[in-house]
Amino acid sequence: MSLFKKVALASSIALGLSLSASAFAENIAIVGAKIHTVSSAGVIDEGTVLIKDGRIQQVVEGTIVPSGYREIDAKGKVVTPGLIGASTSLGLVEVSSSAGTVDAGVESHAISSVGAAFDVQYALNSGSTLIPITRIEGFTSAATGLRGAGKLFAGQGAFITLASTYQPVLKAKAFMQIDVSNSGADNNGGSRAALWVAINQAFDEAKFAKSYSLNPSADWHGLTTMADAKALIPVLDGNMPLIIRADRAADILQVMALKERYSNLNIVLGSGIEAWRVADELAQHKIPVILDPESNLPGGFDQVGATLENAARLHKAGVTVVVGMNTHNIRLATQHAGNAVANGLPHSAGIAALTINVAKLFGMDEQVGSLEPGKVADLVIWSGDPLEVTEAAEQVFIGGEAIDMTSRQTKLRDRYLKRDTEKPVGYTRP
Amino acid sequence: MLNTKLKLGLALAVTVALATGCSSDKKEDEQKSVAGIDKNPFPSTYKKVESKPIIITNVTILDGVGNKIEDGEILLKDGIIEEVGKSVSSPSGAIEIDGKGKWVTPGIIDNHSHLGVYPSPSTRSHSDGNEMTSPVTAEVWAEHSIWPQDPGFQRALAGGVTSLQILPGSANLFGGRSVTVKNLPNRTIQDMKFPEAPYGIKMACGENPKRVYGSKGGPMTRMGNVAGYRQAWADAKAYQTTWAEYEADLEAGGSPKEPKRDLNLDTLAGVLDGDIIVHMHCYRADDMGTMLDVMKEFDYKIGTFHHAVEAYKIADKLAENNVCSAMWADWWGFKMEAYDGIQENIPMVHAAKACAIVHSDSDLGIQRLNQEAAKAWANGKRAGIDISQADAWQWLSANPAKSLGIFDKTGSLEEGKNADVVLWSADPFSTYAQAEKVFIDGAMVYDRTDPASWPVSDFELGQIAEGDAK
Repeated sequence: MSLFKKVALASSIALGLSLSASAFAENIAIVGAKIHTVSSAGVIDEGTVLIKDGRIQQVVEGTIVPSGYREIDAKGKVVTPGLIGASTSLGLVEVSSSAGTVDAGVESHAISSVGAAFDVQYALNSGSTLIPITRIEGFTSAATGLRGAGKLFAGQGAFITLASTYQPVLKAKAFMQIDVSNSGADNNGGSRAALWVAINQAFDEAKFAKSYSLNPSADWHGLTTMADAKALIPVLDGNMPLIIRADRAADILQVMALKERYSNLNIVLGSGIEAWRVADELAQHKIPVILDPESNLPGGFDQVGATLENAARLHKAGVTVVVGMNTHNIRLATQHAGNAVANGLPHSAGIAALTINVAKLFGMDEQVGSLEPGKVADLVIWSGDPLEVTEAAEQVFIGGEAIDMTSRQTKLRDRYLKRDTEKPVGYTRP
Repeated sequence: MLNTKLKLGLALAVTVALATGCSSDKKEDEQKSVAGIDKNPFPSTYKKVESKPIIITNVTILDGVGNKIEDGEILLKDGIIEEVGKSVSSPSGAIEIDGKGKWVTPGIIDNHSHLGVYPSPSTRSHSDGNEMTSPVTAEVWAEHSIWPQDPGFQRALAGGVTSLQILPGSANLFGGRSVTVKNLPNRTIQDMKFPEAPYGIKMACGENPKRVYGSKGGPMTRMGNVAGYRQAWADAKAYQTTWAEYEADLEAGGSPKEPKRDLNLDTLAGVLDGDIIVHMHCYRADDMGTMLDVMKEFDYKIGTFHHAVEAYKIADKLAENNVCSAMWADWWGFKMEAYDGIQENIPMVHAAKACAIVHSDSDLGIQRLNQEAAKAWANGKRAGIDISQADAWQWLSANPAKSLGIFDKTGSLEEGKNADVVLWSADPFSTYAQAEKVFIDGAMVYDRTDPASWPVSDFELGQIAEGDAK
């Protein structure tokens, strides 16, 4: 078989796996575990998950193993939906600093003046070692985007599967990012007095562009480039979520005022260190928050109100809380959620913050995020409570298939645990 | 031979302090070298908080040196650990705390912090951690940069940190002197200096110096880095000899001309004399291997490799050379020399009988070092390295105390040591456990259950959420 054919075959299998779930997957009954369905079925103390054709067939109390199903005994274990990385640059960076091209950062290019046109769907490296390292810790999909572009917007992100596949993109143009915190102001005139006027202008231009023929011969003298204006149209219409990074309560109020000016915007607040101070208003505007529950220091004068109780207070006010801001260590989002729980967030909200709430943000909740019949069988068998630092994912399933639970890190570990001391280290091949 | 002779020369105050091991009001002449140089110009003015005796009962105790006592008791009195065991005496007037369901451990010691030198808020005016003007700046002292009003100190206290080492950054081959402090910030930095703790020096391997100086006159390569360390040590040897000869002459009644003092070489000579402990930022196994030979070539001691992301590759060599490794549980990938990080690094170093330390290098990480140890402990267990919790706690208190030269004073719950103690709400190897009460020198300096008693830095006073749950 030629290399090309092999690749083509592999990618068609992968495609099947990632979107429509695998037709080749075996039928599996996972029995005996405590199951966090993250749905109206709640937590089942001892139940069975049936997986058929790569999808969740049924989640029930007790033990049921239909004939033709491989039984996996998970007694004493915990099962959750596959976790979803909410704010990452997975597939866009291998090593962050001084290590060659990093697609998670963009330098200036004529295509974009305000950063909205940048699109990471073309930049994803499915061979990144970060993907296996992350998925063996229970993460089965992720939102991935630029970590910054030094401009007004930080481009369009994608929603990806962490399965082993050449085609990781489940949803391109899954979200747009913008930063209105201190760092956003620093990159845009050094003041919010410039930043926000530019934001208004960019959206007004997108509004105009909707009814204007954007072609190279058109007369266009906007702040945005044509490509930017085009990219902003679905944002303006609410078809692409806009993740706005803001920390200071006053900035978050500006975010809500933006929503009042452009009423279709589908806004998600990012970081939101002082979000608890305007929790009721956020709940009213139905704006969810992606946050790092451990951010409790005033890193700048827009984070003075930082507290470990941010997640708990937001949840209490009725705000949807999402946890998971990191890339190399997005796997630590379980610990972050655990610390939110230690500081008042209900445990069930801690699990939802890593699963269904993330899926909803990106419009992926029909596919993933909970254990409900018909959804893709992305799920995890844990040794115990996933939010406990001492527990771990024992087996991860993506699209109904038990994945290989190894990574470059486990290989390095095993090489040095079992090193043949009689030979140079390169000859120990775990 | 030569070394012994030279040691008579540039002895620093810390040597005297270590030898006598008692109060800080030493006679003035002991503070001075033969030549009359003040060896401790910024003495500690730390004062412990006075307290009635405190007794904690019905509690699970990890003593920090490998023992676990179920249903035990501990008595803190006059600033020290008076008694610890199944049952202790109960002096009249003692404050009794019921520790049912709770755990007691030694206070956590972070041997790698930049609190105060890179404080919050992290403005440019506060950025005082890296003297990035020359690759060799052993003349700078971190304590001259520390802002005691960094709110990070109070956060770390709420995480059970009772002592910490504050280091300069890692831009330079020699970044300057570090300082060990009690986590009780006050008006001046001297107010928090750990009495009689030896000084450390920060050195750095690998990427940072070459990145910073590659276009500023070098070093621009790892080989340039190593040439830089070796030349500096050679200069320090010559400086030692010059001063030893001068002082010998002086003592013999001569009137030699006093050599010029060089603050950079003062510190380096202090390392060669064995008075200042080397803390070396080093990630890669091969970089550490090279430094072990530089150490032997110039006859000094590396106390601890910091970060040591690849320590697991050479754990046997680290054990042989008696060098500690201060590590993260799972940080990796932010630069090439951190690419081979694995989650079993800490337990693998421990299993090789080398000294393993959990460190933070982070104003957030320092608040949850117990969780970092818990992750490493659990990951080790899953990889077949079975270590008891009681042994694993050495990574958080005893081993960092050893690496800082203060294990004779703190770092375990042994009778007579400083009563630096944490009462945890539950098993501290759990995400949900919190430091409920923290004691430094026998006084309760943090009580989670009493918000009105929480310390607040000047910076946070009168700001949004002053005194909020942090």
